[in-house]
Amino acid sequence: MPLIENGRLIEDRYVVPADEDALPDGVPLLIPAERFLKEAEALKGRQAPVAVLWPNNRRIEEIEPYLGQLSLIALQFPSFRDGRAYSQARLLRERLGWRGPLRATGNVLRDQFIFMLRAGFDQLDAAKEDDAAHFAEEVGSHSVFYQPTGDGRPSILRARLGRVAAHGTTN
Amino acid sequence: MYVYDEFDRSFLAERVAEFRDQVERRLSGALSEDEFKPLRLMNGVYLQLHAYMLRVAIPYGTLSGAQMRKLAHVARTYDKGYGHFTTRQNIQFNWIKLEDLPAAMAALAEVGVHGIQTSGNCIRNVTTDQWAGATPEEVDDPRLWAEILRQYSTAHPEFSYLPRKFKIAITAADHDRAAVKVHDVGLRLHRNAQGEMGFEVLVGGGLGRTPFIGKKIRDFLPAEHLLSYVEAIMRVYNRFGRRDNIYKARIKILVHEIGAEAFSAEVEKEWEAIREGALHLDAPVVEDIRSRFITPDFAQLPDHPAELTGALENPAFATWHRNSVHAHKVPGYSIVTISLKAVGAPPGDATGEQMEVVADLADTYGFGEIRVGHEQNLCLPNIAQKDLPELWRRLEAIGLATPNVNLVNDIIACPGLDYCALANARAIPVAQEIAKRFADLDRARGVGRLHINISGCINACGHHHVGHIGILGVDKAGEEFYQITIGGRADEHAQLGTLLGPAVPYDQVPGLIEDIVDAYMELRASPRELFVDTVARLGVEPFKERVYAAH
Repeated sequence: MPLIENGRLIEDRYVVPADEDALPDGVPLLIPAERFLKEAEALKGRQAPVAVLWPNNRRIEEIEPYLGQLSLIALQFPSFRDGRAYSQARLLRERLGWRGPLRATGNVLRDQFIFMLRAGFDQLDAAKEDDAAHFAEEVGSHSVFYQPTGDGRPSILRARLGRVAAHGTTN
Repeated sequence: MYVYDEFDRSFLAERVAEFRDQVERRLSGALSEDEFKPLRLMNGVYLQLHAYMLRVAIPYGTLSGAQMRKLAHVARTYDKGYGHFTTRQNIQFNWIKLEDLPAAMAALAEVGVHGIQTSGNCIRNVTTDQWAGATPEEVDDPRLWAEILRQYSTAHPEFSYLPRKFKIAITAADHDRAAVKVHDVGLRLHRNAQGEMGFEVLVGGGLGRTPFIGKKIRDFLPAEHLLSYVEAIMRVYNRFGRRDNIYKARIKILVHEIGAEAFSAEVEKEWEAIREGALHLDAPVVEDIRSRFITPDFAQLPDHPAELTGALENPAFATWHRNSVHAHKVPGYSIVTISLKAVGAPPGDATGEQMEVVADLADTYGFGEIRVGHEQNLCLPNIAQKDLPELWRRLEAIGLATPNVNLVNDIIACPGLDYCALANARAIPVAQEIAKRFADLDRARGVGRLHINISGCINACGHHHVGHIGILGVDKAGEEFYQITIGGRADEHAQLGTLLGPAVPYDQVPGLIEDIVDAYMELRASPRELFVDTVARLGVEPFKERVYAAH
């Protein structure tokens, strides 16, 4: 799958280990949450990067004690219609203070790219080659946003405040 | 009227262009129907029994004359000459071709109208009192707060793929015309003992196959916290609402399953973390949005002017006036309801010509403002009393002066099996036949206020659970049967109706309704006791005995 980060295609360095296998040394690993939580203590000494694949039906708050040992968090969209990972992403960014890479995986389609970026994802594992090719066009077609999220894009709600201030009518 | 600013206009232009591109990708095959479906639904496009249907948002039921004229244009150019106003304060066009949709939408966008979020599992068009800004009963104009919620919820990145659709209604009057107790979130704006403005917050109300009255989770939420509190509710629902079964995915099921207390505790915990954040409604932001509502430039006029009192000598005008004209907060003005329930016509339908006349009347006499109410009638909220006789004459000329507002033949009905892919039974012909039985409006007036609601299936778009008389179409071995409930109501005393007895076949429904009405006429304590109050006093048994004895 084409992996997009900040608008550019990047290579996916991470390896997803098979369920029963011993974890290979020296490669970045993307480990499913259940296994990660079981082996978290042992993984602390690991030199190569460790990332976690967090399911969308597990409370994201549980990840908090482990944030320091993670190099990336991947959240899941089993179907693009299932929007739970948007809330998880915002909580990670805006509540738990996660500043590292946040990846959207699964049924990641172009018509949801902008929502994912606004929720705080910075890596999109696009499900279709063609969608990835249209990333710039898709994202570029959105320039106004009503509501503030933690993504730093200016929102209309806050812009109104700016306009009021500019007109000197604030009281 | 709220006037779009440059932000609103840019947003809409971008979304219209996006949907045009999505339709092209669908027509070219780049998008499968499965992938296209939620995108078209987000833009109000359904695939119905016979054609695509376009549902157009009328934010909190408010339209300008120019917007109404554009709806008439779409009805004539892309549909069969009419449109259907719905219980959600929207309008639906039932016969639009997919390839015409982008052009129809571009035409609507010229006047700031669109179908965005009239469907899909997102926050839908926020509804409110159709008398907003005009009624003396309200503590503030609820359209302001509905507009704030409209902006907040539009293309919300976190809440566009909820477990299921989400409907918010607001009332700012004690007498609730917005049915807030049967919405996913119901908000009642009021003042506390200190005179501050805030919302009573209800969650988990709704109709459909599992009807619930909303549960109160807050008595008083200071108005400045509206958005952060709604965000907390939405986040709890998005995270924990059921997604394993479409019929159990509405927030009402979550609230019911974990209990209102546990739900409320989750919301409060979430809210504590965000209440002072970026969603805080600073007073200047609220005032900026408020300033974009154009307040009519009311003249200083006396109540009961000579033009009106003279015209009241005409019994036909007097009858309409008693029925369809209501008190306004400004002396010399009135609120006028326009019945879209002409006897024998499909409830809520208006022709392009009727829409144009209403637009002209609004521009000439009503400061260009039109409202759509959830009862599927229109409303001109700001009419000078001296203009009422002329207004009535012109409404009468195009069949829009039926004086049956709130009467037994002012029936709310969904499109039913005549249009809808989900329906089990017809709704419109049932409404038409019942209306005919009470075509003698003297008889209907004698009965008094009585709301009949008809749904063609358990999805309850006709809100049958909260009809004083509710009629639900069901399928029995391929035959259309109808269950009757009585005693429901959608107002501030909202409650669900009680089943009267076994379902009856299509042909028997009008007669059965007449029997119920006859029973009420016999049983009521006085002509001042409304049908729904008689049912509340006596229960369903005396009705059941009389009605089923006759069948």
